[in-house]
Amino acid sequence: MSPSALRPATAPAGAAPDAAQPAALRERLASHIQRRGALAVLVLMVAIASATSDTFPTWSNISSILGNNAFVWLLALGMTFVILTGGIDLSVGSLYALGGVLGAYGAHAGGTWLAIVLPLAVGAVWGSVQGLLVSRAGMAPFIVTLAGLLGARGLLQALTDEGATTYLVPPGAAFRSLGEGTWTPVLIVAALFVLGALLLTRTRFGATVTALGGNESAATLMGLPVARTKVLVYVLSATLAAAAGALGSARLGSGVTTIGVGYELTAIASVVIGGTLLTGGSGSIGGTASGVLVLAVIHNLIDHYFSQYGSAFTDTVNGAFLAVVVLAQTLLSRTRQTD
Amino acid sequence: MTPTTWPGPDLLDRARLTRLLQAYGVYAALVALFVVAAVLDSSFLSAGNVRIQLFQVAPTLMVALGMALVIGTEGVDLSVGAVIALAASVVPLYVGYGAPLAILIALVFGAVSGALGGTMVAFARIQPIVATLSLMIGLRGVAELINGNSAKPVMDSGLLSLGSDGFAGVPLMAWIAGVCAVLTALLVRRTTFGRQLVAIGDNRQASKLAGLPVRRVLVTVYVLSGVLAAFAGAMIVGHGAEADPANQGLNMELNAITAVVVGGTPLTGGRVRVLGTVAGALFMQLITAVLTQHNVHTSYTQLVEAAIICCAVYASQERGTR
Amino acid sequence: MVQQDPAPRSDWIVEVAGVDKSFAGVHALRGVDFHLRPGEVHALIGENGAGKSTLIKVMTGVYRPDAGHVRFAGEDRAFRNPLEAQAAGISTIYQEVNLVPLMSVARNLCLGREPRRFGLVDVRAMNRLAAEALRRYGVDVDVTRPLGSLGLGAQQMVALARAVQIDARVVVMDEPTSSLEPREVETLFSVIRDLRRQGIAVVYVSHRLDELYAICDRVTVMRDGAVVHTGEMAGLERLKLISLMLGREMSTVRAKGATAFGAEQHERREGVPALRATGLTVRHRVHGVDVDIHRGEVVGLGGLLGAGRSETAKAITGALATDGGAVEVDGAVLARRSPAAAIKAGVVMLAEDRKTEGILPNLSVRENISLALLPRLARAGVVSQAKQDEVVRFFMERLRIKASGPDQKVSDLSGGNQQKVLLARWLCLDPKVLLLDEPTRGIDVGAKAEVQALIDELAEQGLGVLLISSDLEELIEGSDRIVVLKDGRAVGHLQGEDVTERAVLDTLASADDEADGEAGTEAQAEPEPAEPEAEPEARADNGPGQGRPSDPAVTKEEPR
Repeated sequence: MSPSALRPATAPAGAAPDAAQPAALRERLASHIQRRGALAVLVLMVAIASATSDTFPTWSNISSILGNNAFVWLLALGMTFVILTGGIDLSVGSLYALGGVLGAYGAHAGGTWLAIVLPLAVGAVWGSVQGLLVSRAGMAPFIVTLAGLLGARGLLQALTDEGATTYLVPPGAAFRSLGEGTWTPVLIVAALFVLGALLLTRTRFGATVTALGGNESAATLMGLPVARTKVLVYVLSATLAAAAGALGSARLGSGVTTIGVGYELTAIASVVIGGTLLTGGSGSIGGTASGVLVLAVIHNLIDHYFSQYGSAFTDTVNGAFLAVVVLAQTLLSRTRQTD
Repeated sequence: MTPTTWPGPDLLDRARLTRLLQAYGVYAALVALFVVAAVLDSSFLSAGNVRIQLFQVAPTLMVALGMALVIGTEGVDLSVGAVIALAASVVPLYVGYGAPLAILIALVFGAVSGALGGTMVAFARIQPIVATLSLMIGLRGVAELINGNSAKPVMDSGLLSLGSDGFAGVPLMAWIAGVCAVLTALLVRRTTFGRQLVAIGDNRQASKLAGLPVRRVLVTVYVLSGVLAAFAGAMIVGHGAEADPANQGLNMELNAITAVVVGGTPLTGGRVRVLGTVAGALFMQLITAVLTQHNVHTSYTQLVEAAIICCAVYASQERGTR
Repeated sequence: MVQQDPAPRSDWIVEVAGVDKSFAGVHALRGVDFHLRPGEVHALIGENGAGKSTLIKVMTGVYRPDAGHVRFAGEDRAFRNPLEAQAAGISTIYQEVNLVPLMSVARNLCLGREPRRFGLVDVRAMNRLAAEALRRYGVDVDVTRPLGSLGLGAQQMVALARAVQIDARVVVMDEPTSSLEPREVETLFSVIRDLRRQGIAVVYVSHRLDELYAICDRVTVMRDGAVVHTGEMAGLERLKLISLMLGREMSTVRAKGATAFGAEQHERREGVPALRATGLTVRHRVHGVDVDIHRGEVVGLGGLLGAGRSETAKAITGALATDGGAVEVDGAVLARRSPAAAIKAGVVMLAEDRKTEGILPNLSVRENISLALLPRLARAGVVSQAKQDEVVRFFMERLRIKASGPDQKVSDLSGGNQQKVLLARWLCLDPKVLLLDEPTRGIDVGAKAEVQALIDELAEQGLGVLLISSDLEELIEGSDRIVVLKDGRAVGHLQGEDVTERAVLDTLASADDEADGEAGTEAQAEPEPAEPEAEPEARADNGPGQGRPSDPAVTKEEPR
C-alpha cells in the first residue's frame, strides 16, 4: 500500500472565505461598538446637553465637572490595568481616603515632599501585599482586596484616632497648589492618563498585562513574566489610588477620613463602560477616559435636573448602566466568539 | 504486629491536619474565644450582654445563610447589602397595612432582586461578582429614591416587637435566624434542591450532563439569598425603629462573606457548611465585641477582621492542587 | 521491535532515554526511548492515552521525568519549565492554539520580544515585521486585527510563525492540522519542508494517516505508555501502522476470550429499535451519522481518534448542539434535545472524560451515585434517606465498588471504582439505552474485566448498549455490530461474522483509498471519496494532562 498523496486541489476550499465575510463584518462592528461606544455616548450626551441646557456648556459648569472629579478618575486608571488582567481591586476607595490622610499628615509634618512620598510608599506597599496574595498564594482577587478595603479603612481610622484628629494641609503650602483651580488637576490627571496609555500600549509590561488577561496559560507558555506582572498591577492600582487621595487632600486642604466609600464601584463602572472586558484581555485607557467622563456628565446632569433626588438617582443610573454595559459586552463577545 | 500495617504518625500529616482545621477549626476557635472572653471579663456572660450580641448577629446570620448557598454554587452575591436597603425603603410604605404585609412585600422585592441577579448569572452567564455588583450599586440607589433622603422613623408595633422582643429570654430575631439556619441546613442536606445546588457548585458540566436543572437551581439560589437579605432588612428596621436605606446594610455583603468563609465553606463551591456559617457569624460577632469591650479601637478591629478573612480564605483553599 | 539506528550520539538533536513518568501511581510513560535527528520530520502517533502528550511534555519541560533522561544537542538537559526549553530552541505548537485571541496578530507574534525604539514598543516596525513573517507562511492578513477574528487555520499559522521565529532547532506540532482546511494543510506542509531544509527537526503528532505518509520521514508508535515501534515511514504498510497503534499483531489472531465478554452474540430483540438516530450532524465534527440500537444488543462505534465517536454519542444525548438529525426512543421522536430530556426518555451516557464530565470530586460516593436519581427518591422535594441508602447500597454491592463506605469522597477512589460509581449513577435510573464512551479507559485490569462482564450482562437483560472503545479487542469482542466512523462519517457497518479485527482494520485503512473500498472484507464499506475532508475537523481527543476542548453547549465557566 503506498502512501497516498494529499490532493488539496480537489477540495472545495473556496467556500469558506465567502461564508466568513458577513461574520467578519459583524465581528468588526461588534468590536467597534465595544471600543468606541463610550466615546460615542459621551459625544452624544454632551451635544444634547449643550443644545438643551443653557447652564451645561458654561465654563463654570465644565470646570466644576473637571476640577472636582479629576483626581478620583485616577482610581479608574489603575483599575483598568487590574481588570485587564482579569482581576479586580475593591480596596481603592479606602486607599483613596488613606492617601488623603497621609498626604495631609505629610504636608503637615514634613512639607510637600513627604506629602507626596508618604502616600505613594504606603500605597505601593499595600498594593504589593495584595498582589502577592493574589499571584503567589493564589487567592481570589475580590476577597483579597475586600479584606484590603476593610484593612485600609482600619489603618486610616487608627491614624486619625478614630477620625478624631484631622490633619490639615498648612495654608500656603506648596502642596496645596497641586490641587488648586481647574487646570492643575486636569493637567496632572491627563498627563497620568497619557502615561498610562503609553504604558499599556507601548511597553512590554502593558503587552503582558493584556496577554495575561486574554489567556493566562498562553502567556505563561510564551515566557511572559506572569506572576511579576500580576503583583505590579496591584501595586500600580494601589499607588495611584493613594496618590489620587493625596492630591484630593491638597485640593480640600485636609485629610477627610469619611471620603472614598463606594469609589471602587464607580471606578469599576467607569472602566467597564469604557469598553474594558471584565473578564480581562481587552480594553484601553482611552475607553476608560471616556467612561469616567460619561459618568461625570451623567452625574452633572442629574445634579442639575434631578437635584431633588440627590445622589440616589446617580447610583441607580450607575448600576443600571453597568448592568446594561456588561450584558451588552457578554452578547457582543458572544457574537465574536461563535466561529 | 507488622510495622507495615501500622499507620503510625503519618496519618497526622499536613494534609490531614489541614482537613481537620478546615472542618472543625471554626468551632474550636469559637469555643476558645468564648472561654477567653469569659475569663477576661466576667460580665461577658451576663444575660444582657448575650442578648445584645444575639440582636446584632441575627441579621448578619440571615444574610450569611443565603450567601452560603450562593457560594456553594461557586458564586457570590454582593447585592445583599443593597437588598437590605431596598427592604428598609419598602417597609415604611406598607407598614400602614400591618407589619406582616409590609414584611411580605419587602420579601417580594428581595425575591425580585435575587431573580434579576440569578437570571444574569444563569442565563446571560455573567460572572456572579459583576452581575451582583451592578445590583449592589443600582439597588441602593433605588432604595434611596423610594425612601427619599432622610431616615424615616418606624413606629409600627409589630415591626418594633420583631426588632426588640424576646421569647424565653432570647431575642425573637435570634429565634428566627436560628430557625432559618435549621431550615437551611435541612434544605442543603435533605432536599433534592440542596443536593443539586452542591453538585452544580462542585462540577457544573457534570451536573448538566446528569440532567440537573442547572439554570433553575441557580436562579432559585439567588432568589433565596435575596429573600433572606430582605428579611434581615426588615429586622434591622424593626430593631433600629427607623428606615435608613442610605446606611442600613452597608458592608453587609462583606460581613456575610466573612462569616461564610470563616465557617469553612470554600469559595470554589461544591460544599455548604450551614453550621459552620452560624459559628463563623458568631465568631466574627464575638471578636468584634471582645475587642470593643476591651477598648480596642474599631480601627484595629477592622484590621483584625481583614487579617481573619485572608487567613480563612487561605486555609480553606485546597492544597496540592497547584 | 524498537529499531535504533546505531548512529553516534551527536547525530541526535533530541534524545529521550529510558524515561518513566507516572501520575498518582498510573504509569503514563514506561521506559520510553525517543530519538530525533536534525532536519527530519518525525511522526509520533498512538491512540488516546498512549503517552504521546506526556512524552511531548517531558521533552518541552512541562513535566519532569521520574526516571531516565532527556538530552538536547548531546547534553543532558532537565528543562524545568517550557521557557527553558524554548530558550534552548524547542518550540511547541499546541493543538489548541495557545495565543491570545483578543490581541492583534502582530502583538501575538511579537509578545515578549517586541521591537523597541526609545524604550517604547515600535508599533509600526512590529506590524511590518509581523506582516513580513506571515507572508512567508502564505497568510496575508491585516496584522492589526485581533487574532481571534482569523480562521483557526490562520491562527495556527501565526502560532507556527511565532514558534519558528525564536531560533527553533526543534518544532513540536501537536495535531497542527486538526483545524486546518486542505489548502492550509498544503501551506503548512510547504513550511515544514522548508524547516526540514534548514535542518530543523519536526515532531509531528497526528492521527491522520494520509498526512503522516505525505510529510513524515520516520515514525514512532506509542501504546500504553511505551514505544512499540520506531522506523522509517516509507515502506510501512498502512494496515500495519494501524494495527501497531491499536495493539493488534497482524500475525496473531488471538482466540476469543481475552476480554471478559461472553463469546456468544446477544439475543437481539427485534421490533422498533430502542434508539434510532438518523442524520446526526454537528458542524465540522459529525456528518449525517445514522445509528440504530435494539434492546439487548451491543453496538460498537469504531474509528480512530477524532473520527467523531464521542461527538456522535454526545449529539444523541443532546450534550452537544446538533445542526441536524433526529433521535427516536422506542419509536417516539425526542422533541427537546438536552441531557435532561434524554435521561427522562431513558437514554444515558457515560461520558469519556471522567474528571470534568463525570464525577463530582468533592462529594461522597452516595451523592455521586444518586445525583441523577434524586428527584425520583424525593417526596415533595425531600430526599428519602432510606431509599437513597438502599439504592446506593444495592449498587455498591452489585458493582463491587470498593470504598470505605458510601460517605467516602469519590475523588479518593481509584479510577476503576470511580468509573463504577458513574455506571451506578446511570444504571440506577433503569435506562433503556446506555451509551458508553471509553468505559474501561484508565482503569486497572481487574476493574476492566468487571466492567466488561457487566456490559454483557446488561445487554442480556435487554438494555441497548452503544460501546465506544479505542481498545480494538474490547470493541470486537464486546459488540454484536460495529459502525465504523471516519472523519465524522459512517464508513462501514459490520455485523455477524464480519465483526473481526481484520474487517475493522481493513475498513479503516481502505476508507482512504477508493480502490480498496471493499477489498479483503465483506464489510459494507460505503464508497467514500478519497479526498481529505474539507471541513476543519473535530478537535481530537486529548491525552492525559490536557483538558478536553470544551463543547460550546456545556462549557464550564469561571476559571478559578
